[in-house]
Amino acid sequence: MSENGKVSLTIDGKVVEVERGTTIMEAAKRVDVSTPIICYHPATTSKGLCRQCVVEVEEWRTLAPACITEVTEDMVVTTDSERVIRARKTMLEMLNASVDLSQSPEIQEQMEDYSADPDRFPGAKKRDHDLLDDNPFYVRDYSQCVLCWRCVQVCGDDVQKDYALAVGGRGHDSTIATFYDAPMPDTTCVFCGNCVGVCPTNALQDKTEFLLDKGLQFHEIRARRREERRKKSREE
Amino acid sequence: MVDAQRSVRTTCPYCGVGCQLDLQVQEEHIYGVKAPFNVAPNYGRLCSKGRYGVDFVHHPSRLIYPLIRKDLETRPRKPVGLEGFRRASWEEALDLAAERLAEIVRKHGGDAVGTFCSAKATNEDNYLFQKFVRGVLGTNNVDHCARLCHAASVAGLQIAIGSSAMSNSIAEMKDLDTFMVVGSNTTEAHPVISTFMLDAVVKKGAKLIVVDPRGIQMTEFATHWLRQTPGTDVAVFQAMAQVIIEEELYDQEFITNRVEGFEEYAESVAGFTPEKAEEISGVPAEQIREAAILFGKANRAAIYWGMGISQSVHGTDNTLSIANLALLTGNLGKPGTGLNPLRGQNNVQGCSDSGGLPAVFPGYQSVADPDIRGKFEDYWGVKLNPEPGLTTMEMVDAAENGFIKAYYVMGENPMMSEPDLRHARHVMEQMDFVLYQDIFLNETGEYADVILPAGSFAEKRGTFTNSDRRVQLVRPAIPSPGEARADWAIIQDLASRVEEKLGREHSVGFAYETPAQIWDEMADLTPPFQGIDHDRIERESGVQWPSPTKDHPGTPYLFQDSFPSGKGKLTPLEYSPSAELPDEEYPFILSTGRVLYHWHGGTMTRRSKLDDIYPDPLVEIHPQDAENLKIEAGEWIKVRSRRGEITVKTLITQRSPAGTVFIPFHFVEAAANELTLDARDPRAKIPDYKVCAVAVEKAQP
Repeated sequence: MSENGKVSLTIDGKVVEVERGTTIMEAAKRVDVSTPIICYHPATTSKGLCRQCVVEVEEWRTLAPACITEVTEDMVVTTDSERVIRARKTMLEMLNASVDLSQSPEIQEQMEDYSADPDRFPGAKKRDHDLLDDNPFYVRDYSQCVLCWRCVQVCGDDVQKDYALAVGGRGHDSTIATFYDAPMPDTTCVFCGNCVGVCPTNALQDKTEFLLDKGLQFHEIRARRREERRKKSREE
Repeated sequence: MVDAQRSVRTTCPYCGVGCQLDLQVQEEHIYGVKAPFNVAPNYGRLCSKGRYGVDFVHHPSRLIYPLIRKDLETRPRKPVGLEGFRRASWEEALDLAAERLAEIVRKHGGDAVGTFCSAKATNEDNYLFQKFVRGVLGTNNVDHCARLCHAASVAGLQIAIGSSAMSNSIAEMKDLDTFMVVGSNTTEAHPVISTFMLDAVVKKGAKLIVVDPRGIQMTEFATHWLRQTPGTDVAVFQAMAQVIIEEELYDQEFITNRVEGFEEYAESVAGFTPEKAEEISGVPAEQIREAAILFGKANRAAIYWGMGISQSVHGTDNTLSIANLALLTGNLGKPGTGLNPLRGQNNVQGCSDSGGLPAVFPGYQSVADPDIRGKFEDYWGVKLNPEPGLTTMEMVDAAENGFIKAYYVMGENPMMSEPDLRHARHVMEQMDFVLYQDIFLNETGEYADVILPAGSFAEKRGTFTNSDRRVQLVRPAIPSPGEARADWAIIQDLASRVEEKLGREHSVGFAYETPAQIWDEMADLTPPFQGIDHDRIERESGVQWPSPTKDHPGTPYLFQDSFPSGKGKLTPLEYSPSAELPDEEYPFILSTGRVLYHWHGGTMTRRSKLDDIYPDPLVEIHPQDAENLKIEAGEWIKVRSRRGEITVKTLITQRSPAGTVFIPFHFVEAAANELTLDARDPRAKIPDYKVCAVAVEKAQP
């Protein structure tokens, strides 16, 4: 480490000096090198889940997720090696094989950038969940969920401290869930919608937007809301 | 996926946090709201109201053309719905309004008009409103709902330090060290601010002291929760001060340099031990002692408060009792400290700043001060009234006594927000003329003679000033429905007509083309705003006043070197009980307040999808009380006071202590203010919404 408490490293051949504790992703930004992201969001704690930001570090056995890996002195980082590109491409192909990404333009763009083959794993099992429409504000379609964890994070410590969301199930069946799978109004949810604000795939979608998507007009959406409300008060 | 045709950055119309919103627009319809992650004050965070509650602007009951009452001459006037009005042209409505106002001013003088400007309207709207009232009508009878919320905070802070705005910034909250939240249900009333406060607790281990009778969500994160009997705050804080002095935890250097009255104050609290406070407040003495030591030992400690402090018959004393603590411990003038009243309305800070108060011009410049008055007289070219005007509730009294003949109400709903509504209605029936300007017909508008339809926040340009004095832009996203117009444009046309009918030779100036020009005039007359203009706010995405020059960066926290009053003042206090206490006939304490999904009189949120999640007026009642009264959860029950009664739905919860019921005031079908008491703080004139006595019984025995 240099005397001023800074760390010097090389990223794609460019030398950069940054404060200790800086991540590779932040250091790369200083020299105008960017890495693709899916689970990373500046408003949430980075957790290295999606591995889309991986980079190659000289003499390291595995690829390193740039969002959580802190820089070290004399580190030599490559963000566009063949190994990195193959890894990112494969991850996109696997993700696409199991999740409906049709409403995730940013991920689709990455598929194009990396020439990912959408049909590489034709026999893969798709994540398949019913649409959850249980509150007046947003709908949840976990068939489109890439389990990036952002919604759980903003619902919890990172923003709202409300803890209405968590991950349920194991392995392929993992999904974002509420306690006992309760409908949102029966949970601690305060409908801040901050989860919707950070969802990268439209798995969480504003309900008005969802209904417009289905071709409804504004006055029809209003009428539908009135009907749902009447139904609910009849049930009570 | 829906692609927005436009995304328009603007400022949230709900609370005083001033969140920045990106309205998503398609076919002149706001279908969604996003939040930008890179700008203050909310950095991408929103609450349910900001994200899902702005759909009220599209509600079919918006006022879309001017209206005139059909039975104009009938007395006493009765409240009527839209069927009681006929459509009029702008020409006719403005002429009629101007003629009636001019006639009353000619006959009875300007002081016969009472006016309500609006904490929901822009700074520019409010500046122009008070310019019309002072410069044309010739009265200082202009006030707004700040009177009903933070008036006591203002009165107390003026005595203690000579300034009443929130001293520190929202940006400092995430790095708090120790802080105290008093009488503020922050997670529901200022949700986005609460997330930053709780960042400090959850991520940095900050210590939180909550002082509140209700088990609000903030208590779940608190190190100490002092649960006082409603109305006994002064006792708790006096005892904390006693401990801090006894344990010598006060900041001697700060007191020597910046505070006066220490000796006298120390003597006054000497006998006020935690044990004595326990007898009054019910808070265990040991808890008070621990909280005082924690607060006294902290390097930096901030205090935040809401309506629980100010809406009280001794609200000024409540404020002084917490100001005393900050002054004693030197917790002012640096980051992470301060005296911070959390402002309620989106622009209650700005409406007050812009002169929407009876005793002051914009920038809190006294109307009674001849030099200041002279400055405004020269600028506007008119002789001004030197007598401070009446406050909202004094205007009600003056109307009852026949001194006030006409009301001009812009964007407020006193017929929901005043205490003791039965009395307020009686006064409305007697008025000679009522002019009403709003986006919906609300309970107040039903008494109007002339209704002028206004544009909503999403349809006009201007500025709102949030709780931490940040002046932010409001930008038009959609056109106004029908013939509705921006408030400033309406005021300007009305004012010119009144001038004409009064035969004024010189206009005081109502020929603005843009709200930016109105702001510039106000800034010219108001030193703390002189460095701020619309272009600069556009560039910097908000500026915190004071900013006296264009190169002054704005002020995140106040009082670094001194107080506006010179030295801070410690004030000896005495505990006094609430105005109406429970007795045999009315055995419960009623406390009123807000819930997360609704807003004030409900004019906006009851017309939003927010109403779908919280459709009924709920009363919080303790399980023990419910059992004694044989009341079931969800049952409709009657709550009765000496002034009125309402029917509400039961929510059985331990949130409110046994013996206390809590009712939100958003529901017209069960207006909590039918029950509340018109008992006022003698200095601030604010009514007590937090403590009155009620009886609770089954609706059908």
